[in-house]
Amino acid sequence: MNALELRNVSVRAAGGSPLFPPVTLTVPAGAVTTIMGASGVGKSTLIDLIGGHLSADFEAEGRVVLNGRDVTRLPAEQRRIGILFQDALLFPHLSVGDNLAFGLAANVRGRVARRAAVAAALDQAGLAGFADRDPATLSGGQRARVALMRTLLADPLALLLDEPFARLDPDRRADLRAFVFRHVRERGVPVLMVSHDPDDASATGGPVVTL
Amino acid sequence: MKTTEGRALRLLVLGVVAAGLALPIMAGLWETGRAAFGILPAIGAEQPALVSWRQFMDLPGVRTSIALTLWTGIASTALSLALALGIAGAIHGCMRAGRVAQVLTPFLAAPHAAMAIGTAFLIAPSGWIARILSPWATGWTLPPDLATVQDRLGVALILGLMLKEVPFLLLVTLSALTQLPVRDQIAAGRAMGYAPGAVWARVIAPQVYPMIRLPVFVTLSFALSVVDMALILGPTTPPTLAVAMTRWFLSADSGLILPASAAAMALAALAAGSVALWIGAERVVARVGSARLRRGHRGLCASPAIRLAGLGGIVLLALGAGALLSLALWSVAWRWSFPRALPDSWSLAAWTRPGTGWQTALEQTLILAVSTTALSLALAIAWLEGEDRAGMRRARWAEALIYLPLLVPQAAFLFGLSVVFLRAGLSGGMIAVIWGQMLFVFPYVMLSLSDPWRALDRRMDRAAAALGAGPWRRLVAVKLPILLRPVLTAAAIGFAVSVAQYLPTLFLGAGRVSTLTTEAVTLASGSDRRVTAVHATLQSALPLTAYLTAIGLPAILHRRRRGLSGFFA
Repeated sequence: MNALELRNVSVRAAGGSPLFPPVTLTVPAGAVTTIMGASGVGKSTLIDLIGGHLSADFEAEGRVVLNGRDVTRLPAEQRRIGILFQDALLFPHLSVGDNLAFGLAANVRGRVARRAAVAAALDQAGLAGFADRDPATLSGGQRARVALMRTLLADPLALLLDEPFARLDPDRRADLRAFVFRHVRERGVPVLMVSHDPDDASATGGPVVTL
Repeated sequence: MKTTEGRALRLLVLGVVAAGLALPIMAGLWETGRAAFGILPAIGAEQPALVSWRQFMDLPGVRTSIALTLWTGIASTALSLALALGIAGAIHGCMRAGRVAQVLTPFLAAPHAAMAIGTAFLIAPSGWIARILSPWATGWTLPPDLATVQDRLGVALILGLMLKEVPFLLLVTLSALTQLPVRDQIAAGRAMGYAPGAVWARVIAPQVYPMIRLPVFVTLSFALSVVDMALILGPTTPPTLAVAMTRWFLSADSGLILPASAAAMALAALAAGSVALWIGAERVVARVGSARLRRGHRGLCASPAIRLAGLGGIVLLALGAGALLSLALWSVAWRWSFPRALPDSWSLAAWTRPGTGWQTALEQTLILAVSTTALSLALAIAWLEGEDRAGMRRARWAEALIYLPLLVPQAAFLFGLSVVFLRAGLSGGMIAVIWGQMLFVFPYVMLSLSDPWRALDRRMDRAAAALGAGPWRRLVAVKLPILLRPVLTAAAIGFAVSVAQYLPTLFLGAGRVSTLTTEAVTLASGSDRRVTAVHATLQSALPLTAYLTAIGLPAILHRRRRGLSGFFA
């Protein structure tokens, strides 16, 4: 079964009480589920847990299962779960093209093929010819689109969106939201988004869970 | 699981640091202590006895040496701290920290020995200042009979120490200031009727001081036990305790080793006592300060004090620049008769004449500096990466482990360590010297790299992991390139520390390893200023080149990456 499943997942600060009641949910492939909640409730911590990035200050319980495989104990880089953060987090020492090449899955072999894949991704993002640019010279919206492309090039089996539109101007937000959901749906992978913006949730057309 | 692997790495590094750094210091202190109480089998002394202490106290001029040590150590540290805090107040808001760091670079890079030799060339009766002022202002046609260097009160030594310590403490202060909302607090204070200088003294300085307290203690401990600078600038009959102790240790009369060990222990006790005294003074200042603060006096007098500190900073900067410049000048001077401001004739003879030995010294210096820096950098990166992977913060005792070699006066344990190395068959070789220098190179590399490493956005690492990059690829392809500038800066600092080492090279090299520093210090007591100047110039040029590389290389490599150019500049 191709889905991202959370089974009785909860997190607590080391020695503290749980941040939220245990969560159990299933995100089928191709669907977008939104988790809502006030800031500070532990939404981003839940994303960290699913992606394998939980810091040692936290203790977690429950299981994360991706496509039938228990990934709870796997290191982040072996889970194949892509994340889109609030900030684009493009690597400042690499060009835009090299940022994408860093993400591009290793099974795309050969210089020509890899370059073509990067160029195609830039094209899809409406940024054709940007490969040699310094990421610091891009606008916020352009950076967010590169970040999505970089995540998708890694060929993830599931996607986590951690308030990816919160830092953008309201008029850009709608554009980027449409862009992200269009590309994400094409992938047909389970997508879990956390947000505190009701517009984000209604744009997905998927179920909404409140923490 | 990444946590266990990280824990293993972290444990391994801590083990290496404890065994490689803390253990030798403990063993060195232990052996020196045993010798101080009469036990040194190597020279046939096997019965515990207090006689070495009586011998030590009976040596000529010991009481004066102790007084001189305390006076020069405490006075230079107190003055340097006051001046650094004052200068920081004067320039804060006018100059960016990065710009200040660039101006200070030559002073931070120059080893103590080179700065001491340059200072002597500058302020001696026949020095550059006297030459520039003579005969038109002073009427001197011959060097005057004044003790401006090696004076009985140690003023020249205090000045020399300040030339090195003020830039260091100033840099530490400025980097601590970046963590405070200084501008807002000054604005708030001014709105309540306090002048900027008064806000600085009452509000900012008390917040900064706790952040720079350990570096201040490091400075104090260093000033109390410094040997190379005290040999060149300090009083001679009697000298400071550290110098006297070194002479006794290296004397042909092996009967002096036991009293010298007692002197080393006394020096450690003096350092501990001085730190205790300092902490007591901190309490008094804090109490008096807060009492004054509660009275609410607006006391406008702090602003002139800050202006005075700014002036002092400029004078110090000029003296330091003059000292370094006079080194270069003497190295290419041929004839330079007294009252002339510049040499009569110039020559590269001191550089090209065979037999001056600077080539061998340069080679040894480079081997030591490159190997200690590379090892220290690898260890520091392994430690920080281990902390990252384990997701654990540094324990206080681990932080103390880093500071240990800088807080214990090196004169107190280096002789004992040489005894340990002798027994292990390491003595007199490069390995012994590399190990000994690492004790001081590693802490500075580690301290310099820790803050920028932690300041790196954690999510960069997470983003790379989410793209499928394993821990090694994240380290090599993401973290280290982003941290290129601080990594190179840490390397430059380590390089400079290694080049400057005098006592570890002397004691652990058993006279068989001679570097630019040991050669320069030996030559400084001789007569040929030109050859001394060649060694001291090279000795300053090496670290300066390292610093310039650390500034220049990232600027070139990352010239098209705006996101990195402002990182620490």
